[in-house]
Amino acid sequence: MTTLTGRQRLANVSYRATPYVYISPFFILFAVVGLFPLVYTAWVSLHEWSLIGGDGGWVGLDNYAAVLGDRKFWIALRNSLSIFLLSSVPQLIFALLIASALDTNLRGKTFWRMGVLLPYVVAPVAVALIFGQLFADQFGAINNLLSVFGIGPVGWHVDPLASHVAIATMVNFRWTGYNSLVLLAAMQAIPRDYYEAAVIDGAGRIRQFLSVTIPGIRPTLIFVIITSTIGGLQIFDEPRLYDQFGLGGADSQWLTLTLYLYNLGWDRFDFGKASAVAWLLFLVIAIFGLINLLASRRISTEGTK
Amino acid sequence: MRNLALAQRRPGWLGYAFLGLVLLLSILPLYWSFLVASGDAQSARDPNLSWFPGGHFIENAINAISNPAVNFWKALGNSILVSVTVSASVVFFSTLAGYAFAKLKFRGRGPLLVFIIATMAVPTQLGVVPLYLLMAQYGWIDTMQAIIVPALVNAFGVFWMTQYIAQALPDEIIEAARVDGASSFRSFRSIVLPIARPAATMLALFTFVASWTNFFWPFIVLTPQNPTLPVALSLLQANYFVDYSVVLAGTLLATVPLLVLFVVAGKQLVSGIMQGAIK
Repeated sequence: MTTLTGRQRLANVSYRATPYVYISPFFILFAVVGLFPLVYTAWVSLHEWSLIGGDGGWVGLDNYAAVLGDRKFWIALRNSLSIFLLSSVPQLIFALLIASALDTNLRGKTFWRMGVLLPYVVAPVAVALIFGQLFADQFGAINNLLSVFGIGPVGWHVDPLASHVAIATMVNFRWTGYNSLVLLAAMQAIPRDYYEAAVIDGAGRIRQFLSVTIPGIRPTLIFVIITSTIGGLQIFDEPRLYDQFGLGGADSQWLTLTLYLYNLGWDRFDFGKASAVAWLLFLVIAIFGLINLLASRRISTEGTK
Repeated sequence: MRNLALAQRRPGWLGYAFLGLVLLLSILPLYWSFLVASGDAQSARDPNLSWFPGGHFIENAINAISNPAVNFWKALGNSILVSVTVSASVVFFSTLAGYAFAKLKFRGRGPLLVFIIATMAVPTQLGVVPLYLLMAQYGWIDTMQAIIVPALVNAFGVFWMTQYIAQALPDEIIEAARVDGASSFRSFRSIVLPIARPAATMLALFTFVASWTNFFWPFIVLTPQNPTLPVALSLLQANYFVDYSVVLAGTLLATVPLLVLFVVAGKQLVSGIMQGAIK
């Protein structure tokens, strides 16, 4: 064993310490802007807390009781779930179809991929402003188009379900292409011999898709499902800007949980209740995350049996 | 048999027709908003809107920019500042952390990485009230620090760079540099950074798009006097008498920088996504 000089020992210590230095920015930042607010939200939710007056004292679970007793909370929950389902389910189906169409020997691959990704660079705010007008109740372009087929006019800003469809359309417009490319990336990593083997076994295109493609992209599929769940349930930009008043409709037709949270906190200055909504929202997301995980596990293993 | 399998993977006209339809649906809303933005105040509701742009785009765009409620130039400057700073910082810190996780041996490496990935599942909205209180405490309400600082590094970036560096950088090179007496940071700068460049470019593009289009947090913490572009856009609509030609002209103007970036860098973006998958 050789003895180290002081300089070498110092270098050695620095080599041991550097990894921690390199990863520390994330942990420091997360502690300050992630973990601390997370715990603090729980604390605030148990207090009466206004934007101007600050901490107004311990109230226990009163904020939760008040929120759960508010009709608007349940409407917002219903709306969030409805918009989430109307966006993520069709989005996922279309993303899978687009990805498998892209995962072929296309001419002009880059052109198609770029075209599909284009909506992703349009800000949700811009998408909301554009589609808010396309879906205008009177003489909106969509209703004009529908009238050609003798349908409508649909009350896109009056009927709850119609407003959810319109908002889900905005989400789908922006995210379907993005998710297609994420799924495509995973599909391209599937070895091509698997498809050849499937063909030899007499599998048709649909069978190949279900038995080779879907199991092959399972982790990515789960990732896409989870992220679109988290995103879908927290939706804010699109409903906020769907009309010029930003309150989620005259009768809360498209009020979502996050919009409700915002209105409690920054219109009514009630941070205690807003924090309670934040935790309830987290609970909803956690439940759906879990359901998703279990369901997607089942779906994607079925093909391999 | 081999030919048969390959034939299966070649797209038929149905594939092209389907993708063509998708492309059309991607472009049509944008083109429609351009038609309205180049028309007069009534064009958003015009059932016989022409397929060709009218002559009012510049006029409408000037109206949007000069709207005193909106602070368009300030918003543009703020958006550029935020997006550039955040992208640069995310790329730097994520690459640094990714290098450590991928190539340096240290106690707790596995669990710490799992922890970082797990934080991705926590919704941002959950902490928004205390974060606002925190910013108020620092006197950061209505400042760009309030937008930039919480976004300086993120879990996705660290995860992304770890994945890439783990597969793209051979261990021997790092060992060799160490034996040659290069300091850890030196080898990071002259070996890791160049090799990590494709993934870093991708991360920079994604981060840039994400911060340019970010609305929820800036909307909460900024005032109309000092907005970012999405916040400014939201103000364009907040009048009782709204001219949607002007609103959509402003919307398109705010989208143009990203469209330009997309056209310039989009090729790298879509081929980069694919590169990440092929291990």
